[in-house]
Amino acid sequence: MKHLLTAAMPRDEAIALLDLAEDMHQIQDRELKKLPALRGRTVVNLFFEDSTRTRSSFEIAGKWLSADVINVSGKGSSASKGESLRDTGLTIAAMGVDGVVVRSGASGAPALLAEWIGRPVINAGDGTHEHPTQALLDAFALRRRIHGDAARGRALDGVRVAIVGDIAHSRVARSNALLLPALGAEVTLVGPAAFLPVPAADGTRLGLRAETSLDAVIDEQPDALMLLRVQLERQAGKVAPSAGEYITGWSLTDERLARLGGAAIMHPGPMNRGLELSSRAADADASTVLAQVTAGVSVRMAVLYSLLASTTEASR
Amino acid sequence: MTTLLMNATVLTDASVLGGERRDLAIHAGVLVDPATVDRGTAEVVDAAGLIALPGLVDLHTHLRQPGGEQAETVASGVRAAAAGGYTCVFAMANTNPVADTPAVVEQVHRLGVQAGLATVRPIGAVTVGLAGERLADMTMLAQSAARVTVFSDDGRCVADAELMRRALEHAASIGGVVAQHAQDPHLTRGSVMHESPLAAELGLAGWPSVAEASIVARDAMLAELTGARLHVCHVSTLETVEVVRAAKARGIAVTAEVTPHHLLLTEELVRSYDGRFKVNPPLRAERDVLALREALADGTIDIVATDHAPHAPEAKQTAFADAAFGMVGLETALGVVQQAMVETGLLDWAGVARVMSTAPAAIGSEPGYDAPLEVGSPAHVVLVDPDARAVIDVSRLQGRSTNSPFLGVELPGRVLHVWHGGARTVADGRVGATAPEGGR
Repeated sequence: MKHLLTAAMPRDEAIALLDLAEDMHQIQDRELKKLPALRGRTVVNLFFEDSTRTRSSFEIAGKWLSADVINVSGKGSSASKGESLRDTGLTIAAMGVDGVVVRSGASGAPALLAEWIGRPVINAGDGTHEHPTQALLDAFALRRRIHGDAARGRALDGVRVAIVGDIAHSRVARSNALLLPALGAEVTLVGPAAFLPVPAADGTRLGLRAETSLDAVIDEQPDALMLLRVQLERQAGKVAPSAGEYITGWSLTDERLARLGGAAIMHPGPMNRGLELSSRAADADASTVLAQVTAGVSVRMAVLYSLLASTTEASR
Repeated sequence: MTTLLMNATVLTDASVLGGERRDLAIHAGVLVDPATVDRGTAEVVDAAGLIALPGLVDLHTHLRQPGGEQAETVASGVRAAAAGGYTCVFAMANTNPVADTPAVVEQVHRLGVQAGLATVRPIGAVTVGLAGERLADMTMLAQSAARVTVFSDDGRCVADAELMRRALEHAASIGGVVAQHAQDPHLTRGSVMHESPLAAELGLAGWPSVAEASIVARDAMLAELTGARLHVCHVSTLETVEVVRAAKARGIAVTAEVTPHHLLLTEELVRSYDGRFKVNPPLRAERDVLALREALADGTIDIVATDHAPHAPEAKQTAFADAAFGMVGLETALGVVQQAMVETGLLDWAGVARVMSTAPAAIGSEPGYDAPLEVGSPAHVVLVDPDARAVIDVSRLQGRSTNSPFLGVELPGRVLHVWHGGARTVADGRVGATAPEGGR
C-alpha cells in the first residue's frame, strides 16, 4: 500500500490493518502514550476544508508515533489566495515531508495529489467521495463490540448493518459501503429517495440493497445502525426534506430505539441530537459513538505506520 | 481548339470520396477538368493511395478570441483547423465580450481573413451576454460584414421557452438557424459527469440524460410551431437520438450534431479524475456511444461537429469538479470518425464527406460545398492517407492548447494535404507557416 485513497481493499489487507490498529490500541492503556516508530518523519495535515475531529485525530495519531505533525489549513493559506491544488501540493512536497493527509471538498483531489507529488497520501475525506479512515474506524469499533478482546484476525461475516441518512452526499457511507461488505457484513442503505444514490440496472445502489423505510429495516433487527450526520440546510437544495419530515421518517427516535433490540448505535459525529437520533439513543449503552472516536486514533496510527514506516526506511 | 490552363495543380490518381481513382485539377481557386490543364506547367501531387475529400466544415468551434487568448486565438485555432483538414469553421459566440454585437462578430471575421488557412464564420449570440434574458440584435448580426447565419448561446442553454420561441421566429425571418445547447439547468445543477452508477461511486454530481432529451423535445415542438429551423448541438444520449428521430419523422426542420469524442469515448475515463475528460455534455455510457454512431449512420444525426474547446493547462490540472469543461478536437476529428464510423462499416468515405463537409455547410449556409470535388466548385480539397496509424501526441496538436482526450491514443488516418480555395494550407502533413495573402 503506497497511499490510502479508498476503503476498497482486499479482505486480508483490511483485517491486517485492523489487527495493526489493535496493536496500536494497547497504547491507550499506557501512562506514556508514545512510540518511537516514526521519529524523524514529518506528516502534513493539509486540510482544505474545516474539520476539528478528523484533523485532531490524525495529529494525535502522528504524535503518538513520534512523527512531527504540521497542520496546514486551506483558510488563510496560499490555497485561499488562488494557488492551485497542484501547486499547493507540489510546494508542500518540495519541503521534504514524508506524508500528506488531505481533506478536500473536491471528490478525487487526494488521488490527483498522489499522482502529482510522489509522496504517500492519505485521504482524510474528499468531497462526496470517500473517507476511508472513517470506515476503518467504524469497522474496528464494530468488530470490538462484537468480538471483544478476541477481535484480532476476525472479520464481520454475517453482521447486518444499516446505514441511514444522506447516502448520496456522504463520503462516510461510500467508504463503509466498500469496506464493510469486503469484511463479510450485509449492508443496507436507508434514506429518503432524494438522498439515495442512482441505482444500477439491477436496482442496487453503490452495489448494495437500498430501502426508503427505516421502520421496515428496524423490523429486520439489524446488528448495527449507522446514522450519518445530516445537513439539511446544505444538501440537495430545495429537494431535501424538512427537519420534521426527516425526523418522522429517518430519525432514531425514542420510539424506534425501543424497537431496536441490541443493535449497536453508530454515528461518525458530530451528532445533531434530536435530528439523526434522540438524546436517549445517543447516550444509550448500545451507542458506540465515543468508542468510534477512540478507535479513530488507533486506526490512523496503523495507517500512518504502514504507509510511512516502511517506505521511508527504504528510501533513506 | 482551346488553350490549356497554365500553372495549375494536379492531384494524380486520388481515390475520390473513397471511390474511383482519378485525377483532380485546381486552377485559380476552382476545381477544373484535368483534361484542360497544361501538365508541363502544373504542380503535380501524387495522390495514389490517398483519399480525396472536400474541405471539412466545423459548425461548432471555440476560437476563444476575444478574451480567451491564453487558450486559443483565431490565428492558432485555424492552424488547428487546417491540420485537421478543415477549410471552414464556425466560431462560437461565448467569447469575452460575447459575440452579441456587430463589433465583435466583425472583429472575429476580420481576424479570420487575416489568419487565412480557413474561412472563419462567426456565430452570433441568441441572447445578450448569453444571459438568457433578452434577445440579441440578430438582424444586425446577420447584416454585418460577418454575415451571421447561425445563432447560439452554446455553453448555456436558452432555457426560457418563450425566449426560445421568439429566437426561432426571429432566426427564421432572417434565414438563420438557432443552434441550441440542450441542457435543462435545473436538472443539472453542479453536474460534472454523466449521471450513472459510476458517478455515484466516484462521488461526482451527475448530469442526467433527460436534461438533454427534454429540452430537445420542447425545442422540436417550438420549431414545429414557428416553422423555423432548429439545430441541436452535441447530442450525447440515446434518449435524445430517439427524440430527434421522432421529430424528423414528424417533418420538423431539425438537424443535429454529434462530437467526435461522444462517438468514441465513455464515462469510464472519468475514473482517473483527470480534468482532460471533463466536457459538457459529459462523456456517456457505451449504449449512448453505440446509439450515436447508429444515428449518424442512418441520418438521424446530420453532422459531426468538434466542439473544439481549448483550455489553458491550469484550467484542467485541478480537482475534477473545479476543472473547465471542454476538449480540443479539430486536429483529431477525422481520425476519430474513421475509427468510429468507417472502420466499423457504418459509414463510407462519401458519407464522411456528407457529415463533415456538405451537410454542415448547408446548415450554416456556407456556399461552395454543395457539389463536393466537382468541376466548378471552389477548390476546398483534403488528401487523407487512410492507412496511416499513429499514437496521438502533442506534436499533432497545432492549436494553442493541448487538452485533448486522445493524447496517447492510437488513431487511424493522416491529413497530408489541404487546399482552401485553391491555396495550399497543409503540405505533407505540415500546416503552412504563413497565411496565403488575403485568405480565400
